[in-house]
Amino acid sequence: MSAAALPLDAIPAEPSRAPTDWKGDVMRKRIARRYAAERRFRLLGLGAVALSAGFLAFLLISMMSSGLRGFTRTEIALPIDFAQSPILIDPAALKAGNPELVLANANLPAVIDDAAKKAFGVNGTEMLSPGAVIAVRKAIIADPSILSGKATIRVPASEGVDVAAKGNGAPANEASIATLQKTNALSTAFNWQFLTASDGTDPTQVGIWGALKGSLLTMGVTLLLSFPIGVFAALYLEEYAPRNRWTDLIEVSINNLAAVPSIIFGLLGLAIFLNMWNLPRSAALVGGMTLALMTMPVIVIAGRNAIKAVPPSIRDAALGIGASPIQVVFHHVLPLALPGILTGTIIGMARALGETAPLLMIGMRAFIASPPGGVTDPATVLPVQIFLWSDEVGRGFIEKTSAAIIVLLLFLLTMNGLAIYLRNKFEKRW
Amino acid sequence: MSDTQTVTNKMSARGVNVFYGEKQAINNVSIDVDLENVTAFIGPSGCGKSTFLRTLNRMNDTVASARVEGQITLDGEDIYASGMDVVQLRARVGMVFQKPNPFPKSIYENVAYGPRIHGLANGKAEMDVIVERSLRQAGLWEEVKDRLQESGTALSGGQQQRLCIGRAIAVDPEVILMDEPCSALDPIATAKIEELIHDLRGRYAIVIVTHNMQQAARVSQRTAFFHLGTLVEYGATSDIFTNPKQERTKDYITGRYG
Repeated sequence: MSAAALPLDAIPAEPSRAPTDWKGDVMRKRIARRYAAERRFRLLGLGAVALSAGFLAFLLISMMSSGLRGFTRTEIALPIDFAQSPILIDPAALKAGNPELVLANANLPAVIDDAAKKAFGVNGTEMLSPGAVIAVRKAIIADPSILSGKATIRVPASEGVDVAAKGNGAPANEASIATLQKTNALSTAFNWQFLTASDGTDPTQVGIWGALKGSLLTMGVTLLLSFPIGVFAALYLEEYAPRNRWTDLIEVSINNLAAVPSIIFGLLGLAIFLNMWNLPRSAALVGGMTLALMTMPVIVIAGRNAIKAVPPSIRDAALGIGASPIQVVFHHVLPLALPGILTGTIIGMARALGETAPLLMIGMRAFIASPPGGVTDPATVLPVQIFLWSDEVGRGFIEKTSAAIIVLLLFLLTMNGLAIYLRNKFEKRW
Repeated sequence: MSDTQTVTNKMSARGVNVFYGEKQAINNVSIDVDLENVTAFIGPSGCGKSTFLRTLNRMNDTVASARVEGQITLDGEDIYASGMDVVQLRARVGMVFQKPNPFPKSIYENVAYGPRIHGLANGKAEMDVIVERSLRQAGLWEEVKDRLQESGTALSGGQQQRLCIGRAIAVDPEVILMDEPCSALDPIATAKIEELIHDLRGRYAIVIVTHNMQQAARVSQRTAFFHLGTLVEYGATSDIFTNPKQERTKDYITGRYG
């Protein structure tokens, strides 16, 4: 209305100026510069993308080239003449009792030792993995009739032979390889044990299952604790909390919490969960609780952003037909914010999955040779297992470390894939 | 306001002041809204007509800094009294917003949501009846009856706005507040909404805020002119447009400012 109060002729006339020369040299140069700037920017972007893709490719290729070998093992065909061996096992006793127990009491290592020396010379025993006993035991249980005669059983090779067969061995082992190849005893097979066993002292016998299960249990505890707490905190702060100095303080604290180095959370877990509450050491429960402390602020922040992004018109619409605030939140705001919350949660969980430092503080770096049965059993997790194996001196552990990294990356990839799937599934347009 | 005594007042405001923090948005407004007439609020941008509309179903409660003084009654009951349940109030005084805002759910769910949360239907059959009746009243039934399960957001703007009106009707309100319901719509959709307002008159007390003076003249029987947070003039629409008593009203409707 103020504009209307001013008569039109009161607006000062523009000072006269020359008409703009849109086709002139100056203009053309300006346009050329603009195009050049655009090209430079595109090249720069392309370069950045290429560089990161290169790094990623390098990481993946180096990981795959050394890691995939960790999934296979070298096996030696060991001929055993049970009839001539120093001990005799009655096949009938095997059927009657617990075959594992009967065979454990029989002196199988001596049988194997004897057979290996006969087949491959004085060093024969050293060429076999300590796991050879298990392979022989399994073969006998599968077919007890071999006890009465000769049999050739494929047993895992020792660390040295295994590494040498994969082309990375020490000179002493190259000689063993030559001996073994003479009798055509060497073969390569998929190492199922790597997926089913736990940590061990001999690299030919270690497996990732214990650490994987530990990771799953830990993540489960983390998710159960941090998701509900994080989502409810986010909802309360966004929808209910009055805007005052206290909520500002809480907001700043949560943002700071998300940036606290993870080792600090580990110390907190050590001081409170272990020392004050006397919860079991090295357990997935405590690991999960510690990581939940770390993940919760991430979920709160992601959740608040997702809730903020829900258009206010939806809230108005629901309030306008008499929905109570809690109905507005649970019928409208939360479903619309869910994709964002889930994405944030999975990003937080992925970070927690790769976290090592806080778990070292609460004792999850212990040597644990059997998979945890529950959240209170001693356990380790994938990144800690990688850390432990990378610290081992045995050459066989190098490829196991890489193989464990591949398992961890696959786990992460699955989680991120799940995040994308969930986001697309729940995303709604309005 | 002597000329309003012949009809029953559905809602009455007496000496209403609204503050946003320190700033006063509404200054001493008194007005009566009745069932027989459609009431239009007109005035230039920022004059407080939407703010005042939102005090009638306490939507201003959602704005933390907003403060309302004075008395507003619905059927003689003070809606700002401590005993008044704001959730029930908003069901009784429905609202249609400037921008069509259907829920990102199916057309059926959009309409059924209100009756469901207020427990107005026993079972699916009754709900189907409510949904059909509401959509018929909103003049949308013929267009959507074969695609009730499609998303409400997939409809055109005008259809969305009629869906929002149907959604408001579904909870069986006594008053419907419309906050510039046609400002985001094209002339054809606007005409349909205006026709709809005409049909709904008498069944619900209707208050419509509008920027468009022609619209106010077309749809309303009573018009209130707001300016700078005060109610300048309130009376029969024909009087306001042909024979305004106040100089400011005259200036506004003749296009001197706004």
